[in-house]
Amino acid sequence: MSELALPKVDKSTILNRDKIVSKLKRIIKSENVLDHNDEIKPYETDALSAYKQKPLVVVLPETTQEVSEILKYCNKEKIKVIPRGAGTGLSGGALPLKDSILLALGKFNKILEIDFENRCVIAQPGVTNLSITHAVQHKGFYYAPDPSSQIACSIGGNVAENSGGVHSLKYGTTSNNILGLEVVFMDGTISRLGGKTYDSEGYDLLGLISGSEGLLCVITEVTVKILKKPQTVKAALIGFPTIEDGGNCVSDIIASGIVPAGMEMMDKALIEATDNFSKAGYPRDAESMLIVELDGTKSEVDELINKVSATAKKNNSSSLKISNNEEERLKFWAGRKAAFPACGAMAPDYYCMDGTIPRRKLSEVLKEISRLSQKYDLPVANAFHAGDGNLHPLIMFDANNKEQLEKTEQFGTDILKYCVKVGGVLTGEHGVGFEKRELMCEMFNDNDIQQQLRIKKALDSHSLLNPGKVYPILRKCAEEGRVHVHRGREKFPDIPRF
Amino acid sequence: MFIEGEKNSQTFQDSENTLKPNDELEVSKIIQDLYKNNLPTEIIGSGSKRHIGKKLQCAKTLKLSKLSGVIEYLPEELYIKVKACTPIFEIETLLKKHNQQLAFEPLDFGYMFFGESNKGTAAGHVSCNFSGSRRFKVGSIRDHVLGFRAVNGKGEIIKSGGTVVKNVTGYDLSKLICGSYGTLVALTELTFKVLPAKGNSNTIVIHELSIQDAAQILNKVASSSSDVSGAVFLPTEPKIGNYNNNIEQLFKLNDLKFKGSFTAIRLEGSKKSILERLSDLNKELNLSNKKVSNLDLYQSILFWQKINNLEFFNNSKNTILRAVIPPSTCTKLINYFKNKYKYFVDWAGSLVWIEAENFSEDELFSLRNFIVNLGGYLTVIKQPNHLGSLNEIFTINLDRLNISKNIKQSFDPKGIFNPGKMYTGN
Repeated sequence: MSELALPKVDKSTILNRDKIVSKLKRIIKSENVLDHNDEIKPYETDALSAYKQKPLVVVLPETTQEVSEILKYCNKEKIKVIPRGAGTGLSGGALPLKDSILLALGKFNKILEIDFENRCVIAQPGVTNLSITHAVQHKGFYYAPDPSSQIACSIGGNVAENSGGVHSLKYGTTSNNILGLEVVFMDGTISRLGGKTYDSEGYDLLGLISGSEGLLCVITEVTVKILKKPQTVKAALIGFPTIEDGGNCVSDIIASGIVPAGMEMMDKALIEATDNFSKAGYPRDAESMLIVELDGTKSEVDELINKVSATAKKNNSSSLKISNNEEERLKFWAGRKAAFPACGAMAPDYYCMDGTIPRRKLSEVLKEISRLSQKYDLPVANAFHAGDGNLHPLIMFDANNKEQLEKTEQFGTDILKYCVKVGGVLTGEHGVGFEKRELMCEMFNDNDIQQQLRIKKALDSHSLLNPGKVYPILRKCAEEGRVHVHRGREKFPDIPRF
Repeated sequence: MFIEGEKNSQTFQDSENTLKPNDELEVSKIIQDLYKNNLPTEIIGSGSKRHIGKKLQCAKTLKLSKLSGVIEYLPEELYIKVKACTPIFEIETLLKKHNQQLAFEPLDFGYMFFGESNKGTAAGHVSCNFSGSRRFKVGSIRDHVLGFRAVNGKGEIIKSGGTVVKNVTGYDLSKLICGSYGTLVALTELTFKVLPAKGNSNTIVIHELSIQDAAQILNKVASSSSDVSGAVFLPTEPKIGNYNNNIEQLFKLNDLKFKGSFTAIRLEGSKKSILERLSDLNKELNLSNKKVSNLDLYQSILFWQKINNLEFFNNSKNTILRAVIPPSTCTKLINYFKNKYKYFVDWAGSLVWIEAENFSEDELFSLRNFIVNLGGYLTVIKQPNHLGSLNEIFTINLDRLNISKNIKQSFDPKGIFNPGKMYTGN
């Protein structure tokens, strides 16, 4: 089986390994340079563990100055650098290259300042998403974006991927919730962008860097906005006899002027899988199921719950439960949050896709996925962030079966192409990374991609930072075909995922 | 219509130097021509915010106002796709019919520059990225642009983003073009996220607070879970200086019971929810011992319209500045003014609009330094003619300037779009 093309290996870098390692040991503490095979092994992959490659050496800098010195040196010597946060990314964004230095930010793990008066927290990039909320919740505050891996994923990685979560429609993704960054560019320049104010002047570099997947700079500090927790949160669990009814209910809720805090949909396959796995009490006779979460003041939430209930009934809902307390609300979510492990229990492997589609196209896309499922003879279960249109089909397969593996990959590609065809996009929150690189041409033409590459060049003139990710390697899209590679089981199966 | 075979852009000129393309393809062909001939060009929509930024000297003006009209509006999908220079008023009117809105509350610079309403175009708002009072709650314009199409400085048509809110496919260029003052691309198409309108509006007005007390109140409401969507402080107007003291005239509302400074807090939503939050805020802010007025639906809407129309600075002949600061530093900044300026505070203490009479370059330098030290930035919005040579309009940081130059070059390699509009030589 062939593999996705990697950037050309620089043989002189490999040959000069000893020299590079000794130089790095002069820049940072020698114990923070990992050059033995056993030490490097844990860094050979991120959470898309089918792709594995040991880097030349791993460095664990402790200060921004050290990051700057490392990058300056690498830029001068033309050595590739792969930045890495917690390594929980699902698209191979932190996959090392043979001739690269892997720059891991695990030692940047402190919260530097909590400023309630200016409603922000300054954190080092290796701090986990959830620990920011933990640091401010005693005063009733929280950090809004909540990717499901929030217990393990780092805030720096969240910025690099522009991570979302289930509350994106109402509260936005990472880029809408950060105020400032300290970053280091490939030439070693340390730059502070934004701060504790809104909308800094000049070009919106904060916006450009959010979601740039480690291709433009290394993030060394993040200032995030914190919000006061809503007074009341309630959820409704609604079953429908058909996918169409569920889809129509979603559209009607939005059209009626309600912006739910979260709105999640599951198809029958996933209802059964998750209910078997977590006993969440889901309506097993339903063809589709919605969890609608509403927040605000008490009377407002009650009013909205009534409206949502009426809309559900109008759309032929077959069952409806409202959470009466926090325990019940969390139980509603328990099954949904176990979607990944539940699929893992049903098949040796599963492959999670991440397209976003216009909400109204849901039934059409699910029908196509079901047709493809029959065509490729592979079962699939669908989870859908109905609020923001982000669809996660989970294809179940056996990675040891070579034919299934190839079919799975083709199935996934067909789904993403269809998402783009109906007006959606390739990736909503997992990133393009290594995995979806060659599919970029489905969405962008040569002009679009060349413009993006020129921006890359403007900030990293020798293209040394995280090469081989996001953009197709060959210049013209049409020159590059989709090729296959072995894909295996996901890493960290115990972390909740959507 | 562009006619194939025409040698240059003469076809589109309605006067010697103004080019008025009819569609994206014409924009592209014109820019290819400008690129070939190295012609610096000013890009404008309706011109409502043309005077913000440094004065330009260009060979050509590219007026994109003919790129107007709604391309696609799907209320249940919460987006609207428009041609770049569609008047913002037209978009707002259409959304209103469907009980939706542009949540960032587009400002109206018409009163300040021309003495009458002129909200300008979608592309103009995106290019300047100035958002209204709801910003601290819902984000700014850059948080509401989902995608765009444009022509870069070589004449190539490019696109980025899409119509969905969750999208991490490639760099987010939609954010980069926000606040870029037409120096990167000529916009041809924009997709905005829209949100449901909030139904009712109610404003609590607290009178005669000092800036210290007002700043405390603003901070409390911004940190409250009562979902406040507007929080401003309007001080007593300065007695000295040549300022147009229009506050009483402007806010002549039946229910505004007292004179003097006022702090206004807006609640939006259903009637029931507003009532509940009013009662919560009453306790939270200890309003029972303060002079308070309450503006219901229409008066509340009118009040915030006047704030976001910047009517406070109607026809001003003075210098107008905009300071964005960390909210905790608001009182420090106001005290620095020493009652010399007319001003008001928006965004719950994070934004201060300033009108300064006889404002000199030295004063600008000192004020900007002071604000930068507070952790904020200062933009010159309007300057009287005699100060036309003021050094810099925007706050400059050298590192960022270098990065910006490289980015500018990646879009506009010959630097023909609005050269020098933001920074000297950029």
